[in-house]
Amino acid sequence: MSAATSGAGHTVGGVARRIVAPLRRLGALLFSVALTFLGLTGVTFAIGRFMPIDPVIAIVGDKASQETYDRVYRELGLDQPVLVQYGTYLGKIARGDFGNSVMTARPVLEDLVRVFPATIELAFLALVIGVVLGIPFGVIAATNRGRWPDQIVRFMSLVGYSMPVFWLGLVGLLLFYAKLGWVEGPGRLDVAFDDIVAPVTGMLTIDALMAGEGDVFANALGHLVLPASILGFLSLAYIARMTRSFMLAQLEQEYILAALAKGLSPWRIIWVHALGNVWVQLVTVIALTFGSLLEGAVLTETVFAWPGLGLYMKNSLFAADLNAVLGGTLLIGAIYILLNMLSDLVYAMVDPRAREPN
Amino acid sequence: MFKLTRRQALAAFSAMAPVATWSPKVEAATPRDALVIAKSIDDIITLDPGECYELTGIEICTNLYDRILRYEADDLSKMVGGIAESWEVGADGKTYTFKIRPGQKFMSGNAVTAEDCAWSLQRVVIMNKTSGFLLTQFGWNKDNVKELVKATSPDTLVINVPAAFAPTLVLNMMTSIVASVVDMKTALANEKDGDLANAWLKTNSASSGAYKLVAWRPNESVTLEANPAFRLGAPKLRRVIMRHVPEPGSQRLQLERGDIDVARGLTPDQLTPLAANKDIRVESFPGANNFYAIMNLKHGPLADVRVRRAVKMLVDYQAMANTFLKDRFFVHQTFLPIGYFGATPYNPFKLDVEGAKRLLAEAGYPNGFEVRLSANTNNPFPQIAQAMQQTMALGGIKVTIASGDARQVIGEIRGRTFQMAVISWAPDYFDPHTNADFFVQGEDMSDPPKARTGPWRASWLIPELTAEMRKAAQELDGKKREQMYIELQKKVTDEGPYVWMFQNNWVIAMRSNLQGYPKGLFEDQFFYRTISKT
Repeated sequence: MSAATSGAGHTVGGVARRIVAPLRRLGALLFSVALTFLGLTGVTFAIGRFMPIDPVIAIVGDKASQETYDRVYRELGLDQPVLVQYGTYLGKIARGDFGNSVMTARPVLEDLVRVFPATIELAFLALVIGVVLGIPFGVIAATNRGRWPDQIVRFMSLVGYSMPVFWLGLVGLLLFYAKLGWVEGPGRLDVAFDDIVAPVTGMLTIDALMAGEGDVFANALGHLVLPASILGFLSLAYIARMTRSFMLAQLEQEYILAALAKGLSPWRIIWVHALGNVWVQLVTVIALTFGSLLEGAVLTETVFAWPGLGLYMKNSLFAADLNAVLGGTLLIGAIYILLNMLSDLVYAMVDPRAREPN
Repeated sequence: MFKLTRRQALAAFSAMAPVATWSPKVEAATPRDALVIAKSIDDIITLDPGECYELTGIEICTNLYDRILRYEADDLSKMVGGIAESWEVGADGKTYTFKIRPGQKFMSGNAVTAEDCAWSLQRVVIMNKTSGFLLTQFGWNKDNVKELVKATSPDTLVINVPAAFAPTLVLNMMTSIVASVVDMKTALANEKDGDLANAWLKTNSASSGAYKLVAWRPNESVTLEANPAFRLGAPKLRRVIMRHVPEPGSQRLQLERGDIDVARGLTPDQLTPLAANKDIRVESFPGANNFYAIMNLKHGPLADVRVRRAVKMLVDYQAMANTFLKDRFFVHQTFLPIGYFGATPYNPFKLDVEGAKRLLAEAGYPNGFEVRLSANTNNPFPQIAQAMQQTMALGGIKVTIASGDARQVIGEIRGRTFQMAVISWAPDYFDPHTNADFFVQGEDMSDPPKARTGPWRASWLIPELTAEMRKAAQELDGKKREQMYIELQKKVTDEGPYVWMFQNNWVIAMRSNLQGYPKGLFEDQFFYRTISKT
């Protein structure tokens, strides 16, 4: 009896722990997400309110009468105390209302839905290039430390780090677009292909494929390949460098010597065992790279007239378009939070230790 | 330990070879029936002609909407009928009667009537957006405008102007963006919460002009389609696409490849190499923008007219025009741009260090003084500011340049916290009053004022000159009026807080097969309908 009770108690306790523990973790995660968002809105709101640019002039221009200026000032709620303005803003975003953009005369949410797929399309291809080439390059460099393959990869990484993306973009355009004619120029599509494919995902290559428009797909890909390659080169430089560094640490471990002593092929030791052990760190690197590609492609998007999130945010900042800046910032914040959560999930998949509660 | 063999390296490079040699040769050319313009279009915030006041927006609207009167592409200096075929000014000089041209239709199929004209003017006043002041200065407001602006019959529009203004001024206003005629029935069908269709017209057109709006994708493109039934005949090109290409280097490459027809925004370093390209033609013609520096008289030394004159003598206008501003600007030292009624080529100032030193000594500043010069970071403001800094130092004036975003500099000027600032000005409509009213209205120094005019910003109290400016605005005799503006400009140039420096040239690079590009002074006159391709 005693044993049964004890057993039953143990079972009930175990079940409770199995239910309560994940709920607690979920609660803690949601709390931290909410707190991060609140902090994000607070900082961005403060920057927007205290930067030395008058948001009313952004709307009415320099020539508006004082009467018009005053009316818009009141309409924006700028006559209210800052805390009231912030409270009003929070209330609106809680209802999903990010307000209208001054620049586009459209709801900010609608703008973000329109521009974000263009950035995802660009960033995703860039990431694929960065990962597919960067990881092997990093591995090759690490396994040939100090030799010519290592020097080449390190030189490439140095170039990727030190060359301004703006300059790389212009040189890329000059060479591959203007001189060689291998790729299409700035923008997402040629004029002749405008408005043929109705946007579904907002990613032109995918929409064109879905619509069965091969010409549009080829043209969209022609526009995409150069900016994506340039961004891909930058992420390649970072991923290769980090992979090299992680692999060097692994190759000095004793299990590598043991594996060699056991007669395992070097190929298997490097690509399966050593690389397998750096995946957890690489997941973080890849996630951060993707995050920075999504929000940090401002200069590339400017050079290539790519109507994505980076260009939208840059224009919003210059136009003192506070609603757009705040909406964009929240989106970027959400991306980072989402990527962090995804990284955690992937950790658990690639490293069994991460699945254990303690 | 794990070295890469030559064979492995060769295999890796061989695997990459197909990627490296992939070369889909891209053929570039714009469609023969379309005009593709590349420029920065991020200033467009609305395409409602009752609200639009940004330069690119005005340019688009002038092609979408016909106006009550116009300056047409065939002769940009002559005012002619637009929607109205004729007009009469009453003996009192306050009543204007416009006869509407018969047989005109909006693109919806609705007939163009005097009622559309009246409603279009009324909504500008009732909404009172940024451009509203252009019409409210007539004495119109939301309470009286329906009485003062009305259609007395389907083809007769009568407007009454309570304020005393010269007829030429009132008629010129009927050529400006606020006199764009909107299809009332179509617009009202899309009205929301009594907004007079403002929200809908921001992104749609209801017009009878040369083009209709197909799409405006913010920071991406604007697409227009020709109106084959336009009263002056169908435009020569069926489509006009304006693409947002903010980077001059990208514009140049696209123009050379033939992906665009016109590049609007090339810098001198981009333009020079194009001269050797036979497929490209660069056209240059005067614009109507003034570039000047404004002085704040609240900054001690600048309150003295001798110091202001000395500052004007410490600027090397011609050297700037001959070097980094070459072809894009010419020296012009009055507030009315050449090409405007009343403009005068009065350029009294040139670099004269000794003369400036004498004036500074007379004013009690023999060793000069310190001043902060604000300039926005867009080309050519930083370069102008640096050139001024160098030459003003020759007279002992130590200039500190404060760089900032354009809106930040405007904010400083509007708030009167600046000391000196380099800035530009574009006129609002084709009448001298547009600039005179801003640069010479200085009788109210209260804070906040009714209008933050140039003299208010500079703290330059000039009730007498303001009265002269108002008389010029009311003068009925054209020749007398012209002379009044010339005299006014000379006084403002000599004594005022403005260092007038340059008037701009539009420098447009285009493909050689393009013909008929209009040489408009400003955005109201940038017509696309005359452009064709050979």
